[in-house]
Amino acid sequence: MTKNQKIMLGRIIAAAVLYAAVILGTSMKGAEDFLKFPYLFLLYLIPYLVIGWDIVYKAARNISHGQVFDENFLMCIATFGAFGVNEYKEAVAVMLFYQVGELFQNYAVNRSRQSITALMDICPEYANVEVDGELRQLDPDDVEIGTVITVKPGERIPLDGVVVEGASMIDTSALTGESVPRKVQKGEEIISGCINGSGLLKVKTTKEFDDSTVAKILELVENASSKKAKAENFITKFARYYTPIVVCAAVLLALLPPLILGEPFAEWVKSACIFLVISCPCALVISVPLSFFGGIGAASKKGVLVKGSNYLEALAKLDTIVFDKTGTLTKGEFKVSEIIPVGDEKAGLLEMAAYAECYSDHPAAKSICEAFKKTVDSTQVEKVEEIAGHGVKAIWNGKTILAGNEKLMQRFGVNMIPCESIGTVVYLAKDGVFQGAIVISDRIKENAKRAVQRLKTDGVKKTVMLTGDRKQTGEKVAEQIGIDEVYTELLPQQKVEKVEILLQELGGKEKLAFVGDGINDAPVLSRADIGIAMGSMGSDAAIEAADVVLMDDDPEKISDVVAIARKTLKIVKQNITFALAVKAIVLLLGAFQVANMWEAVFADVGVSVIAILNAARALKVKK
Amino acid sequence: MKKKFKMSNLDCAHCASKMEDAIKKIDGVEDATVSFIMQKLTLQADDERFDSIMKEVVSICKRIEPDCTIEV
Repeated sequence: MTKNQKIMLGRIIAAAVLYAAVILGTSMKGAEDFLKFPYLFLLYLIPYLVIGWDIVYKAARNISHGQVFDENFLMCIATFGAFGVNEYKEAVAVMLFYQVGELFQNYAVNRSRQSITALMDICPEYANVEVDGELRQLDPDDVEIGTVITVKPGERIPLDGVVVEGASMIDTSALTGESVPRKVQKGEEIISGCINGSGLLKVKTTKEFDDSTVAKILELVENASSKKAKAENFITKFARYYTPIVVCAAVLLALLPPLILGEPFAEWVKSACIFLVISCPCALVISVPLSFFGGIGAASKKGVLVKGSNYLEALAKLDTIVFDKTGTLTKGEFKVSEIIPVGDEKAGLLEMAAYAECYSDHPAAKSICEAFKKTVDSTQVEKVEEIAGHGVKAIWNGKTILAGNEKLMQRFGVNMIPCESIGTVVYLAKDGVFQGAIVISDRIKENAKRAVQRLKTDGVKKTVMLTGDRKQTGEKVAEQIGIDEVYTELLPQQKVEKVEILLQELGGKEKLAFVGDGINDAPVLSRADIGIAMGSMGSDAAIEAADVVLMDDDPEKISDVVAIARKTLKIVKQNITFALAVKAIVLLLGAFQVANMWEAVFADVGVSVIAILNAARALKVKK
Repeated sequence: MKKKFKMSNLDCAHCASKMEDAIKKIDGVEDATVSFIMQKLTLQADDERFDSIMKEVVSICKRIEPDCTIEV
């Protein structure tokens, strides 16, 4: 509890004791004299002021600021009204319960806020930098790129970098939700926000703090609440009209029946007060965004970043999911598995391929260079031209080398021998003459199949795979994983077209998600209703373009986040219906003079508290 | 320029959205969010007029929720 909350608790207890004393005192024998007007009023005024002076004060102050319809004002009118019609007991009780509810609400919101911020407690506080032979703790903000920092065992890694000395196991769970520690050693990249295990590491930083992973993630999660879901916008709009309407209704209720029908004023003023107590929309205004934020928090606990409540809302209605193959369903770790030269010069073919591909970022290119093992003297290569979806054309030692798929060979009219092996086949040609093929194969991620199955049991109707890869490879992978539809040999722009077609096939509220690693597919990521990117493999561009980022590249996490989204939406709906229903019922009862103040207070703060507690459930994740 | 400010004693979610609406209407403000949950104000506004805009933001917040303060 905070200091303010403790003070409030004290006031509530004091007021409750005084209130009970007044009730007991006035009901004793011989107290009849006090039951007459000013005395009784003054007696009840004591606990009223103890509990409600700040409300009265705030109401007066806010009116002077031009803020009329706020909670404080409404509570004042309601309780003044109760005093006015000689319902002293109720007046004090309403104020007392209002404050109890407020305190409880405040406490519950704080608790949820704390558990959400605890989730995001990945921000490193310092970086150890050696200055003049001794280690100093510097603000990570002040560390320049290229500085060697020391990360002691158990410390949080403050900046992204490359290990230059030492080896350790690092705990990435805060970022990826993965509980198995990852081994790092000299030469490997490490990302900020992870916790160092038992080894001492020296890390050369590669990014400034503002560009480091941890700063980016914090920024994403913090900004997530600004992309509002439809349900949230509905509530904001609703709140804008609800309060004035109920207040007007209260005024009419207080005036019309007595004036027109000649009914007693006191009864109808009481009804009007009931209206005023219920007129605050706070239960909804707090609990709906809190639920969404809880959902986003729960997802990030699982290592999934959701960039806005609107995406969580969309994920709950997921109908079609489109996967990119490479790096998404497969590991994206290409290994050269076969070298098939036209003659028998295996090493020569590999060397030629390595030179042609040395500038390319394509995973296939990287694995060719890796298989080549020797360093490539890139000065021997010129005029490198990357032809998207086809391959590479380059001049090496004066000869034009083509390295790419069948389409590239056809485009340049090369006569080639098709290769039937499963995997990505890179065909090579020198000066228009076919030289051979290199087969690179990728492995399917262990849990890709389970990921797809789980999505299907979760009610996703259609699973699609798009790939730039060959028909045989693509179809075989799709079959092994259990994907419904597969489209192969697509260029990046054709992937966008396919997604457009799939989007048109969707029914009104159904949503489509695209899952990719962000290499080549940023346009598709942004075109889909929900773009899901692989975070650790994917580039910064992918994280930027995507709406949902899977930090540990595990496709199975998609069904986790769908489950979280559904649960969150369910809680939001429960809260909206519950709060609206209770308010509507009590308003109706109040209008017919059946409801009393107690029910009105429950409909206001009681409902708020229940809705907040319900919202807090969104934060909980099953392990 | 985009800047973030911590807010304290922002106790009412409805007030937070009222503040956000009012801040967005200030001339020179490109975007603003008042996050009740994070107790944070994110303001994106004209560089040159940022300080004067900020003064206006503070006074708006004071008007809507007098107990709430923005830590500049």
